[in-house]
Amino acid sequence: MTKSELIMRLAEANPHLYQRDVERIVSTIFEEISNALENGDRVEVRGFGSFSIKRRDARAGRNPRTGDAVTVSEKCVPYFKTGKQLRERLNPSS
Amino acid sequence: MWDGGLVMVDSTVTRAQLSEAVYNEVGLSRNESADLVESVLNEVGAALTRGEAVKISSFGSFSVRQKGERIGRNPKTGDEVPILPRKVLVFRPSHILKNRINQSLTGSP
Repeated sequence: MTKSELIMRLAEANPHLYQRDVERIVSTIFEEISNALENGDRVEVRGFGSFSIKRRDARAGRNPRTGDAVTVSEKCVPYFKTGKQLRERLNPSS
Repeated sequence: MWDGGLVMVDSTVTRAQLSEAVYNEVGLSRNESADLVESVLNEVGAALTRGEAVKISSFGSFSVRQKGERIGRNPKTGDEVPILPRKVLVFRPSHILKNRINQSLTGSP
């Protein structure tokens, strides 16, 4: 499912809304999550999951093609942890 | 005043902030905004439960990965226990999101 398919589904389920409003709702949600992560904040949506930032220290890496040593500078990566309820939905038997 | 460290600045974004952002952006009631945030999360969850990957451009993609059975160990007792086959959700952030975060937090792309 792509973002536009998600918008289509929501528009079908909410015929009283303009499609452009549905688009703005979906964009706002993901933009709000992105903004929080950009500020270094955590996002916690119970039942769905949480987003946080993990810091990766600078390290000595290697160009896998040439074998040359390169330094990889410190970086931050977004991390998602699946919420309990969603994990259980994915694994109904256990 | 020092209060034992129990009070801290809570900067975690939750459903409430997501609903508030939708409320500010679109001319809907607070209740309806909260319901729509819920609908979005539900649709994403439903697609993943159907086994579909969910791709949100400039944000990232969620996909479901099937994990096989393996032998694990209870770290406390050392007992071997089978870890049953299961499905796990993986989130791959888009380059756009990764770059935004790195520019803002480390000052480099």
